[in-house]
Amino acid sequence: MWAFLHKFSSPKYFYFLSGRLIPWFAWSCLAVMLVGLYYGLFEAPPDYQQGESYRIMFVHVPAAWMSMFIYMVMAVAGGIGLIWHIKLAEIMAASSAPIGASFTFLALVTGALWGKPMWGTWWVWDARLTAELILLFLYLGVIALNSAIEDKRTAARASGVLALVGVVNIPIIHYSVEWWNTLHQGASVTKLDAPSIHISMLIPLLLMAVAFKLYYATVVLMRARCEVLDRERNSSWVQDLISAK
Amino acid sequence: MITMNQKHKQRLAIVLLIVVGIGSAVALAIAAFSENMLYFFSPTQIMAGEAPTTRLIRVGGMVSKGSVQRAPDSLKIKFDVTDYAHTISVQYTGILPDLFREEQGIVAIGWMQEDGSFIADEVLAKHDENYMPPEVSAALKAAESSDN
Amino acid sequence: MFESLQMGKYAFYIWTSYGLTLVVLVANIIIPLSQERTLLRTLGRKLRRKRRDNNESKA
Repeated sequence: MWAFLHKFSSPKYFYFLSGRLIPWFAWSCLAVMLVGLYYGLFEAPPDYQQGESYRIMFVHVPAAWMSMFIYMVMAVAGGIGLIWHIKLAEIMAASSAPIGASFTFLALVTGALWGKPMWGTWWVWDARLTAELILLFLYLGVIALNSAIEDKRTAARASGVLALVGVVNIPIIHYSVEWWNTLHQGASVTKLDAPSIHISMLIPLLLMAVAFKLYYATVVLMRARCEVLDRERNSSWVQDLISAK
Repeated sequence: MITMNQKHKQRLAIVLLIVVGIGSAVALAIAAFSENMLYFFSPTQIMAGEAPTTRLIRVGGMVSKGSVQRAPDSLKIKFDVTDYAHTISVQYTGILPDLFREEQGIVAIGWMQEDGSFIADEVLAKHDENYMPPEVSAALKAAESSDN
Repeated sequence: MFESLQMGKYAFYIWTSYGLTLVVLVANIIIPLSQERTLLRTLGRKLRRKRRDNNESKA
């Protein structure tokens, strides 16, 4: 196990393995997303209260889930980088930040576009919404630290600490709708009893969630590959790679 | 190489300490914060005289069935908000969200009046976490009424 | 089949959400691709220059 991890975490091995994995992730993402969109926009019936407007859910909810999932990946990778000083973990953490920020941004904006017709407002300072906004600032902080600090190792250490500190925000986002009487409704899918969402609407939602996960896998590997190439630019395997082109 | 020597243990401890330390600090802050967060009151709390008249507050509850009165010539509207224990009267002038209807959860932001009524500056609709097609909802309602 | 895509009075909100999502997702693919291309070009140029310098110093 450790030997395998060690081998995988070698930048050279990672570069070639990820190069082979990316097309698989990308094409399966596209396939699942098209099926999910078909079910979400054509097959799923309108909601009994919200009519057609609830279809924003199929991008809003997976984006919000991804914003938290990617944050956890980034924080864990950052922690591994802090403790064991593994270069690849630092690279994964740095590559995840912009993607996570994108999903957080999408969750906030699509939420506003859903809130305006349904709640009657684009934005309220509600616990769930505020915590999600703080998540965006945490991502931006990590991105800023990574780009502001010249030395990549120091940058990884600083942003790793920030990412770990910010982890406290994740349970707050998740439980905010239970802890406070907020405008945002409670959880539909991740409840302990049966999800309170009809199966015809649950299927496209879960398909879109899988598609977004595959999308993240594709894009984070693309970014990480690029970063590996940049950091290893003076190593012999990169030189060989360049001269072969 | 992933190993656990003295140095790694030390760094792990520091990382854990940061996470646990900040986590508990934030948890305490939240506990203190939620006590007086947002000045949110239920009709029962308002009837008990807990709500101040001197500042903007939020009232949450359900719109009582049959209580909505719209003015014929303006956007003025009057309705009752209930938490099924107590009910207060709310006045509002403006455009309501699409989800506003009787027996719908709402949050009204505005000022408590001396006479015990509430004048809202803003009315927001709160929807539940249930999503279903209209036919399913109709079937559920039918089943419910045949039970009673 | 496409009649169901009208979305009634919510068309603006729904299509803005989906459109914006598409833009952000596509941008996140294009950015690393163009970065990689720029990087490979820069590294290639450097390598060629180094080789040329080496040859000149030999000659």
